[in-house]
Amino acid sequence: MTVETKLPYDKDYINEYSENRLEPEWMKSLRLYALEKSETLSMPKPDKTNITKWNFSDFTHAVDGATLTSLDELPEQIKDFLDSEAKQENLVIQRNQSVAFASLSASLKEKGVIFTDIFTALQENEELVKRYYMKDAVGIDENRLTALHAALMNGGVFVYVPKNVVIEEPLHTIFWQEDSKAASFNHVIVVAEENSSLTYVENYVSNNHEDETVANIVTEVIAHNNANISFGAVDNFAQGTTTYVNRRGVAYRDAVIDWALGQMNDGNTVSENITHLVGENARSNAKSVSVGRGKQSQNFTSKIVHFGKQSDGYILQHGVMKDSAVSIYNGIGKIEHGATKSNAEQESRVLMLSKNARGDANPILLIDEDDVTAGHAASVGRVDPVQLYYLMSRGISKMEAERLIIHGFLNPVVNQIPIKAVKDQLTQVIERKVN
Amino acid sequence: MAGSTLEIKDLHVSIEDEKILKGVNLTIKGGEFHAVMGPNGTGKSTLASAIMGHPKYEITQGSIFLDGKDVLEMEVDERAQAGLFLAMQYPSEISGVTNSDFLRSSINARREEGNEISLMKFIKEMDEAMDYLEIDKNMAQRYLNEGFSGGEKKRNEILQLMMIKPEIAILDEIDSGLDIDALKVVSKGINKLRDESFGCLIITHYQRLLNYITPDKVHVMMQGRVVKSGGPELAQRLEAEGYDWIKAELGIEDETVEQNA
Repeated sequence: MTVETKLPYDKDYINEYSENRLEPEWMKSLRLYALEKSETLSMPKPDKTNITKWNFSDFTHAVDGATLTSLDELPEQIKDFLDSEAKQENLVIQRNQSVAFASLSASLKEKGVIFTDIFTALQENEELVKRYYMKDAVGIDENRLTALHAALMNGGVFVYVPKNVVIEEPLHTIFWQEDSKAASFNHVIVVAEENSSLTYVENYVSNNHEDETVANIVTEVIAHNNANISFGAVDNFAQGTTTYVNRRGVAYRDAVIDWALGQMNDGNTVSENITHLVGENARSNAKSVSVGRGKQSQNFTSKIVHFGKQSDGYILQHGVMKDSAVSIYNGIGKIEHGATKSNAEQESRVLMLSKNARGDANPILLIDEDDVTAGHAASVGRVDPVQLYYLMSRGISKMEAERLIIHGFLNPVVNQIPIKAVKDQLTQVIERKVN
Repeated sequence: MAGSTLEIKDLHVSIEDEKILKGVNLTIKGGEFHAVMGPNGTGKSTLASAIMGHPKYEITQGSIFLDGKDVLEMEVDERAQAGLFLAMQYPSEISGVTNSDFLRSSINARREEGNEISLMKFIKEMDEAMDYLEIDKNMAQRYLNEGFSGGEKKRNEILQLMMIKPEIAILDEIDSGLDIDALKVVSKGINKLRDESFGCLIITHYQRLLNYITPDKVHVMMQGRVVKSGGPELAQRLEAEGYDWIKAELGIEDETVEQNA
């Protein structure tokens, strides 16, 4: 039996949805075009993971959330992501599909920085959004889910940093799916103009342990010449959410895009993180960690494509699997013809905590150029008994020793999250998931 | 209190069904430094690993008691909590766990809940011990043994020894791979612990370590047994004359056990 993926959301619905939000005409047409495409395109086919029975159709598309008059109204679970001592600036909280809180410091505004929800950006910065929206990074017609994303986009943020502007403090978004049926078709665009620099961190949270819904997320990250983007994320959708998330970067000459992704969803997940090193000397570190538990099935792809000469890509994926969880880790380094002196490195490691868990690491190098360097390392295994012995020989209990080894294993990403509260939160989520 | 007593009686140990130790007898008391010497492949490191409870070694016969408590009944962490410590020949590298977090967990593992060492006191003690062992301060924040040179690993083992302060320590070839300066520093650290409540079993096949740490008793292992015991003068004779005279005296042709352990 295949699950019917025909949706209750048709052309009329989308027309009305777009008009109610006073969207520009091009956006409405884009949605309708995408909807039409979605009817003929096929589903994505992640390597070795069968998603034909996953829920992609049972969800509520539009759910508003109440505005916050003060951050004190937030539940503890969300408050935990905020540094209690910091000024709550440069923060957007999206509750279901409404903006509940938004703040950008006056100094950043003055410098021309844009950090706002996607619907406001469509009104206030229409040309910029139009320039980048599903143009250079993710295509509308890649598969049925990217088309559905474009048709049903219902949230997200737009980040734009002008030329030569360097932002020290992180920009932080919390996507809080308070309603247990609310779908997330978030679209995030991050653009760094020439010589600019920024750090962006996002959190996804939901609590739908029983109710089913869908997250179909597209993130497009563009680093122009010599720009530097550090992108951190902690995904923590509950068991009922089926997730398809595309995070894609394009780095031009001398630009850097560094990813630190904590993929802590409890539901079935397909995650693609692809970076195109287009310009000469473009670089990317794509690091991600994940924990699988229960019966969840996940498929992670981390891919860096080298077009520019001397471009440098490093992929790190570390995963911990327990219970009967199943995960596939695809690491792909691709060097195109002409990208001489490029370097593609990758490391995928899976730690198995139970005999019913399954994890596969698939390292792939695709190289169309002679004058390059590349390397890969992959392993799937259990906690090393000799490491346990070493820690225990100092009096540390077996449980604590295992905990240290697991946290250490996931540390490459945890350490890189730039907001302390989010980092602590990720540590706690890991703690909850592995114990 | 005069310290603890570790009693090893008739210890037989196998690894993957191959017999390595064939009846070791040894008693170490608080205040005593013992050296176990012998050529390669005679079972010295096996003895150290078996006492601590390495998962690969199987005890087939004999007993180990620490102050009357059966060590072989204890898990590895319980042995450490009872007061045993092994400075390993090949310490594990553990990525993502900082040296200082690990050390603090180790110290607290021997303390009661609610009586953990304060962060300030811990940092102070660690700084002092690192200075004493001439260890670069960055090492505290580096991941446990990851990318450490051979010498750094050995110093790190002695750093742990100095901070955990066990009752009985076993040092498994702590001198191998050390240059003379490092050897002096490591010896200085070990000698600092010498008092009547601390007992130590030093495993080495070079006499030179014993120039810096004077043992009270010296034992020679061959064929998986202690074949000769004596005072410090025994080590000196071994340095001067090698092991052949012992083999001749005891009629041993091949001193090793079946495999190079």
